[in-house]
Amino acid sequence: MSAFRTTRPARLGQYLALLAYLAFLAFPFLWLVSTAFKPAPELASLHPTWIPREPTLANFRQAFAEQPLLRAAGNSLVAALAAALIAVAVATPLAYVTARRRGKLAAAATGWVVISQAFPFVLVIIPLFLVLKRLHLINSLAGLVLVYVVWSLPFALWMLMGYVRAVPAELEEAAAVDGAGRLRTLVSVTAPLLAPGIVATALFAFVTAWNEFFFALVLLKTPEKQTLPVVLTHFLGAEGVADLGPLAAAAFLATLPSLVVFALLQRRITGGVLAGAVKS
Amino acid sequence: MSRARLLAAVLTALALLLTGCAPGGERRADGTVRLRFQSLAWQKESVDANKRLVAEWNARHPDIQVEYVQGSWDSVHDQLLTSFEGGEAPDIIHDASDDLADFAHGGHLADLRPLLSERLRADIPARSWETTTFGEGVYGVPFLQEPRVLIANRKILQASGVRVPTPRKPWSWAEFRQVARELTRAMGPGRHAVAWPLREPVSVSLNLGLSAGGRLFHREPDGRVTVRFTEADAVVPGTVRAQVVEDGSAPRTTLGSGGSDTLPGFFAGRYAMVPLGFAYRQQIVQQAPEGFEWTVLPAPAGSGGLAQGVSPQTLSIAADSPYKKEAAAFLDFLLQPRNMVLLARGDWMLPTGTAALADPSLRTERDGWATGAALAAHLRPAPAPSVRGYPEWKDKVATPAFQEFYSGAIDTVELRRRLVEDGNRVLARYQRR
Repeated sequence: MSAFRTTRPARLGQYLALLAYLAFLAFPFLWLVSTAFKPAPELASLHPTWIPREPTLANFRQAFAEQPLLRAAGNSLVAALAAALIAVAVATPLAYVTARRRGKLAAAATGWVVISQAFPFVLVIIPLFLVLKRLHLINSLAGLVLVYVVWSLPFALWMLMGYVRAVPAELEEAAAVDGAGRLRTLVSVTAPLLAPGIVATALFAFVTAWNEFFFALVLLKTPEKQTLPVVLTHFLGAEGVADLGPLAAAAFLATLPSLVVFALLQRRITGGVLAGAVKS
Repeated sequence: MSRARLLAAVLTALALLLTGCAPGGERRADGTVRLRFQSLAWQKESVDANKRLVAEWNARHPDIQVEYVQGSWDSVHDQLLTSFEGGEAPDIIHDASDDLADFAHGGHLADLRPLLSERLRADIPARSWETTTFGEGVYGVPFLQEPRVLIANRKILQASGVRVPTPRKPWSWAEFRQVARELTRAMGPGRHAVAWPLREPVSVSLNLGLSAGGRLFHREPDGRVTVRFTEADAVVPGTVRAQVVEDGSAPRTTLGSGGSDTLPGFFAGRYAMVPLGFAYRQQIVQQAPEGFEWTVLPAPAGSGGLAQGVSPQTLSIAADSPYKKEAAAFLDFLLQPRNMVLLARGDWMLPTGTAALADPSLRTERDGWATGAALAAHLRPAPAPSVRGYPEWKDKVATPAFQEFYSGAIDTVELRRRLVEDGNRVLARYQRR
């Protein structure tokens, strides 16, 4: 342990660096919150303040009055939850098999993940659009969910394979020696150990789908189906002009679900991320 | 049901599922035609005006119902491109003339010539129709446009005693430079007469360049377009550069800014004038501190008078729409003079229609409407957007060249070399035969 002991100035430096990093990460969000509560004239002030001089809820009122934010948030929630659940349901068994039975299948899966990440949205969108149109899935949340599942599946698989590998196979063998069948071993031994990883993966899929803009923009045609990121762009005009106050208010509300989910599941995610960090 | 029938039913259902769906408009079982109208209106007044007109149309035409869909300027090109390729584009499309060329050449937009009413064709001037004419066809109705104007701090201007320009007697570019020098001196240190927001330097330079007789793009006898940078083309860029680099009457800091970014400094009295699009007046009304007095001045004039280039907002009909006539009837309704006024006021822009432009509400001195209306007759099609290869010329050659020129990093000779030599190489690739 003595090798890791640090001097006081070094420790101070580490904390300062950490603090600077946190400030860097938090700055956009805090500025967004500040903007959401500022009246229009304050947004055009030459000396902007962190704390609004005359805080107002007018931006929130205007945002809700002008755009169907609740309906859009509902659509986003349905699409993101469904995408996350389906992606995890499909990826988990696949990841288990791929991780436990190393061979050509694992190599192929890994190759698929790497290749799939190389395609930009714009390259796949038109073929995808045509395929979904054939399936009558244009302008439907089901179609969007299908796209989100396919889009997040490779990375979800990649993540989960790491988590599965981190669960020692010896534990499963020990359960088998004690008389547990394959299903019992999976349910009672592997699944609990894998849970943090599954949660982290689901969260990743959820946030990816919740924030996704381009597919939703292209695939959803009617206002009733539009998701939150698409509706947020309705506060933007030409040449970078924006209705800043309502945009900030709506964007602030749009970030809340992700924050709440992260806050609630923080421990599990940390557990999941740490799993496999130390070789057993 | 026999097995054979069941199998046939399942196969039919599958076939129906797998076949494509009808593009854009549809006819319901009761015979009602449904049209999708994608509007890019985004400000409350403008969205309200559009929705109101759609509701009015729907009430009057129960057999042709229009669905209002809000799009976004930010992503409209990519969205439309995908929709066109997939055969799912809206029937009626709101866009801008500088975005139409690719869609028109790609056959995605309907030629409106056989569809438009004589009234609408006659109401909009020929120079506006030019912005949406590609080859032989007309692919959009230009309906709203905005000149670039000088929005000025009235008190600073009055206190300085400089001559205030009007559309009848505008400043020349040389006079503008001189006035800016005087104003800057009078305003004191840390303040500037004019703040140029030049995040998009090419369109500003080209459009205002028309006032000095600049053209930059020339069609050769063989039909090809080439770039030439003449003395006239150098007037506007030269004036701006001199204000920034030599006179100090314009700050360097706003060169990379968008129009909105200059407003805090304008409201704080740091800048006396900001050249902005006419529609920025709405932001000024919303955001200006209490008691702030502002006025709208025409942009300076040159040998080309008050001419400047514009890319009007347009309404088009998708080539795939099965109900083009119905869509054209809706356009005709939407662009009746009374309605065009509503749309123009909602967007704080000028209507292209001559009847709408004559409306007293657009001729009032309040909020600078009268100045804008007086400039309408001088607006011309933006010089380049219909030139093939223009987007690449703009992004790869002209934008960095103008940015470096305005900041003082390169001189006129180098600017000319880049725009002409590098630029023509780019254009040539698009015009090979």
